[in-house]
Amino acid sequence: MSSILKGAALAVLMGSSAFAAGHSEPLTGDLTIFLDTSNPAPRATMEEMIGRFQEMHPDLNIETTIIDREAYKTQIRNFLTASAPDVATWYAANRMRPYVDAGLFEDVSDLWAEPEIAENLASTKGAMTIDDKQWGVPYTYYQWGVYYREDIFNELGLEEPTTWEEEKANCQAIIDSGRKCYTIGTKFLWTAGGWFDYLNMRTNGFDFHMALTQGEVEWTDDRVRQTFANWRELIDMGAFIDNHQTYSWQEALPFMVSGEATAYLMGNFAVAPLREAGLGEDQLDFYQFVQINPDVELSEDAPTDTFHIPANAENKDNARAFLRFVVSAENQTIINGGDALGQLPVNAASSVDDDEMLQQGFEMLSSNSPGGVAQFFDRDAPAEMASVAMEGFQEFMVFPDNLDDILSRLEQARQRIY
Amino acid sequence: MTVSPAVPTDRYVPPRGWYKRNEIRVTPWLFLAPGILFFLFYVIFPVFQSFNLSLYKWDGLGEAEYVGLRNYQELATDRAFETSLWNNLKWLLLYLLAIPAGLFIALFLNQTVTGIRLYKSLFFFPFVISQVVVGLVFTWFYDPTFGLLNTILGWFGAGPIAVLGDPTLATYGIIAAGLWPQTAYCMILYLTGLNAVDPEQVEAARLDGAKGWRMLWYVIIPQLKPATFIAFVVTIIGALRSFDLISIMTNGGPFGSTRVLSFYMFEKALSEYGFRMGYGAAIAVVLFLIMLLFIAYFLWSMWREERGR
Repeated sequence: MSSILKGAALAVLMGSSAFAAGHSEPLTGDLTIFLDTSNPAPRATMEEMIGRFQEMHPDLNIETTIIDREAYKTQIRNFLTASAPDVATWYAANRMRPYVDAGLFEDVSDLWAEPEIAENLASTKGAMTIDDKQWGVPYTYYQWGVYYREDIFNELGLEEPTTWEEEKANCQAIIDSGRKCYTIGTKFLWTAGGWFDYLNMRTNGFDFHMALTQGEVEWTDDRVRQTFANWRELIDMGAFIDNHQTYSWQEALPFMVSGEATAYLMGNFAVAPLREAGLGEDQLDFYQFVQINPDVELSEDAPTDTFHIPANAENKDNARAFLRFVVSAENQTIINGGDALGQLPVNAASSVDDDEMLQQGFEMLSSNSPGGVAQFFDRDAPAEMASVAMEGFQEFMVFPDNLDDILSRLEQARQRIY
Repeated sequence: MTVSPAVPTDRYVPPRGWYKRNEIRVTPWLFLAPGILFFLFYVIFPVFQSFNLSLYKWDGLGEAEYVGLRNYQELATDRAFETSLWNNLKWLLLYLLAIPAGLFIALFLNQTVTGIRLYKSLFFFPFVISQVVVGLVFTWFYDPTFGLLNTILGWFGAGPIAVLGDPTLATYGIIAAGLWPQTAYCMILYLTGLNAVDPEQVEAARLDGAKGWRMLWYVIIPQLKPATFIAFVVTIIGALRSFDLISIMTNGGPFGSTRVLSFYMFEKALSEYGFRMGYGAAIAVVLFLIMLLFIAYFLWSMWREERGR
């Protein structure tokens, strides 16, 4: 008897919360939000989004704090323990593990059980899951891939490559024309992590890549060596710009703008500065990183930015309502539009902006990435392993002969860290 | 019969309070108290906390786990730590070049020409601007594609060198950038020191036929000893504190070849990929011991000086 009642009550509750996602009852009380979206465009987008939430709930007292993106990465440790907000931004996958393990993030599996979220956000569920529970919701993600100078490809008569052989043949033609194939700036290391991600996923597949970043495979494994051997082919050709270890990713952009280098393996956020620097529609295009080993399925990097509820939050019901609002199809369409974040919506029911790059990226991630979607090297691997490994990648790109030394060092680090 | 002097025994003497009785001894301590308290809480106490923390494994969030000396054992085999230690040594030695350089600029500027104040302030300028700006200026100066250095080298037909991209050169490149403001600092110290040089001694030496190098070495420099001492202290401490230039110019790279202890500690304990508080504390303890060596020497020589007077 009582269990039936409970069941009925639960059904009513679930029903009402699902209903709340669309047209919620006006909320009251407080809601404090901490954001790391300090760059101008994301900042405006978030402020606009919170403004709309406020309009829906005029009696809700919302307090928003925007913290510098880099400073946020260290401050989050303090505010999660000391004076927790009700909602905070962060990143998916292993990047949230320290806070999950320390019990500082709220388990929001209940949100993911709601049909609206369960059905429409399935693609990012894996990235939000640790220990079979979900610890937050995504609000945006973006594709990685090769952005290239379409006009130079046309001038040299090159096509978008799809295989490793074509990629290398293209690159040889580009080098013969007195240019470099790829620009890159490895001063802050993570850009080299992008190259490793793709080369390793294409050489050994998504599952192997995940096993490696989880510390289950030795770095001195022959399969890892094969990845580096492929990488070395490009390095020995002189495919990368010289002295990349002295540039940040932004400082590497001018090489592509001036045409000294023709392509850039990057996240979609590189498109805006490239266009601002004067590259037009017919000069800039995108292709998916080529296949290397035909036996493995293609998989992609698509870093996801997320919202979480700190375990010490005071207004968790309001926070849950806010999270539902953030991931709703309508809001996802608005905040990921070309005039806002200019990235991909996480909700399958929302529409992608008309932008050429976003359309291609959405197409690629939804239909041509059967292997899986990785976050990014420094989000999939634990922070400490990531920093040692990415330093190794940078060294390898400058002194490929040091490979044995680098790999044994990484293996040592792996044994200590995991 | 002698009469004892009349003592007014009936006059009431109020008992003096404890404070009144001890006023002379207590007052200095009262004046010192705020300083001592702050020094205890913000300097001495954290030093011992660091010592303690270096025996733990702690990520700054969860429970700290006692690991004994294992952090130090790991340091002994950590090649990045070894590199940092050597780089610290390079900084210590090469940074001292700021002292002779500062002295010679000071001697050069110590003359009465129209507008000398302007020249002096121009030479002092690099010390006034922020280290971050110095770092940025030198990064552009060294830039392999458009930097001034390589343009100049190009005139002599020398190939472009990426100073900050070359693991063998990068540290020297950063030290050179650091010397620019540090030389200016030493110069100011010597300029004030030169004002205090006794003209009579110079005159007397001149009558005895001293000039040029001998004059400088035997007459001027001994009189500049206090300035040299201070210049030495600030330069050594400056070298051990070097952090901002490295952070701006190379961020510790290429592949960690320009790290020094303070930067390595920051990376391990506080940066985006760090949060190994115990390990960071162990590095800090090593740095502290090195600094302690110098500081003890400075204190000792100052104490000797005081007693000599």
